[in-house]
Amino acid sequence: MKRRTIYRHKLLPYLLLAPQLAVTLVFFFWPAGQAIYQSVLIQDPFGLRTQFVWLENFQIVLTNPVYLESVRVTIIFSTAVTLLAMAPALLLAVMADQVVRGASGYRTLIVWPYAIAPAVAAVLWLFIFHPSIGQIGQGLRTLGIPWDYRINGDQALLLVIFVSAWKQVSYNFLFFLAGLQSMPKTILEAASIDGASPRRRFWMIVFPLLSPTTFFLLVVNIIYAFFDTFGVIHALTQGGPGRSTTTMMYRVYRDGVINLDLGGSSAQSVILMTAVIILTVVQFKYIERRVHY
Amino acid sequence: MTSIGQNRWLPHVVLILGVIVFLFPIYVAFIGSSHDAPTIARGEMPLTLGPHLIENYTQALESGEGARVRGTPALTMMRNSLIMALVIVVGKISISLLSAFAVVFFEFPGRMFFFWMIFITLMLPVEVRIIPTYAVVADLGMINTFAGLTIPLIASATATLLFRQFFLTIPDELVDASQIDGAGPMRFFWSILLPLSRTNIAALFVIMFIYGWNQYLWPLLITTSRGMETIVMGIVKMIGTGDAQTDWQLIMAVAMLALLPPVMVVFLMQRWFVKGLVDAEK
Repeated sequence: MKRRTIYRHKLLPYLLLAPQLAVTLVFFFWPAGQAIYQSVLIQDPFGLRTQFVWLENFQIVLTNPVYLESVRVTIIFSTAVTLLAMAPALLLAVMADQVVRGASGYRTLIVWPYAIAPAVAAVLWLFIFHPSIGQIGQGLRTLGIPWDYRINGDQALLLVIFVSAWKQVSYNFLFFLAGLQSMPKTILEAASIDGASPRRRFWMIVFPLLSPTTFFLLVVNIIYAFFDTFGVIHALTQGGPGRSTTTMMYRVYRDGVINLDLGGSSAQSVILMTAVIILTVVQFKYIERRVHY
Repeated sequence: MTSIGQNRWLPHVVLILGVIVFLFPIYVAFIGSSHDAPTIARGEMPLTLGPHLIENYTQALESGEGARVRGTPALTMMRNSLIMALVIVVGKISISLLSAFAVVFFEFPGRMFFFWMIFITLMLPVEVRIIPTYAVVADLGMINTFAGLTIPLIASATATLLFRQFFLTIPDELVDASQIDGAGPMRFFWSILLPLSRTNIAALFVIMFIYGWNQYLWPLLITTSRGMETIVMGIVKMIGTGDAQTDWQLIMAVAMLALLPPVMVVFLMQRWFVKGLVDAEK
């Protein structure tokens, strides 16, 4: 970031940076520091005494079966959401890439769900999957399936996975389509001339060439499934029935806001922060190197 | 050319199926907002338009109160959402333009340090540090205010990085020329840099507006009075326990009102939207 011409002012650059830095310091570094600080303290329920406990909070959190259960739910949930949001997006993008007429029309009609809030998407699907009034909910029961996501934990998990993935397909579609459209056509024509079948051309050429996009989307989708799906879970199941849809993020909310366990919730926040930082570093480090054609 | 099948109709079939899966819930919500509560509660709602459309929307917008739902008027919630979204957008874009300008066009001690300080915030979404951030906002007495609702969400590095990227492509000659003409740094910023950044500002506007409008967890924690509720959180509150016997027609009307503004922004500004989405992730 070197320029030849630059301004030399003593005060002005600091004034220009001041608003951004002020907001960052007060609402980013201070709370992040607080989280780390709280995570090594234990407070009694009345907030009267605080004790410094080193890593005991982490030990408590990481050996708590309830927390480990939320880790398990998070792994199942985010894997399923990522797969279910990416595979249909890739299929639709490949199809849209082949369409000559009306391609931009299809793009418009597929891209807009990105604008819907996860919580609102949850409300829309709740109305459809509601066991007694929803169109599909009733249909499933007519078919003899005992559908009620408010009682059945597996069904609840399926529903939050479906709604979370539904909302994210459009985002993935957009990036896959951009990746496909920037692909060198000559290679594909050459393979075509060599007699490679369309299926073979896709798996041997198109899919490997798309791998940077796929890898980037993989990380974005995992982060989405970790954090942005809070609204879906909160609106649909509130983490239940039981704890069957309580992800790590939902656990932070429950322990911090409802159970008022600041130390435990802060320790969980620090664990989540570490997870995001690792994911981001992996993304920056390997995106260019490992995934290559 | 990147074809799987040679069928000419196959892509259309798949795409139309995809479009239906995306449009179906909106259609059902729209239909739901045109019937009355008993029809829906009996599970007898047809998939055709009912007779209560205008009545339901008027009720949702003006009172938000049904027989079983006690909500806030959708008009109030939409106003709150709009203020929140706009303050976040304008705030993010302004402070990012200024800080990117400082980092790219000035030489001063600590420049890289400050740049990294901003950059590192990219890694942690607000959800991760939600409880401690809430505590800070509470300490500052900003609960239930628009300041508390918006300012903590303005701290983001995406826009700064985007503007920095763009400013780096501006030729030195342009800066030289403005200096020869006697323009100081702020004059250069207002008269040259800002007009040149129009496209980037528009693209960011679309993305950030959707981000701001769709906030859920943060307003849920920060707002405690009904008058401050935003529409995305208000609608989830209206559902309550999700019984069959509730005013689903009102809930669906509010759902339509909650998704309309951001969806319209995507439709009307699609070109900026796609640019913003792709740029923001670079």
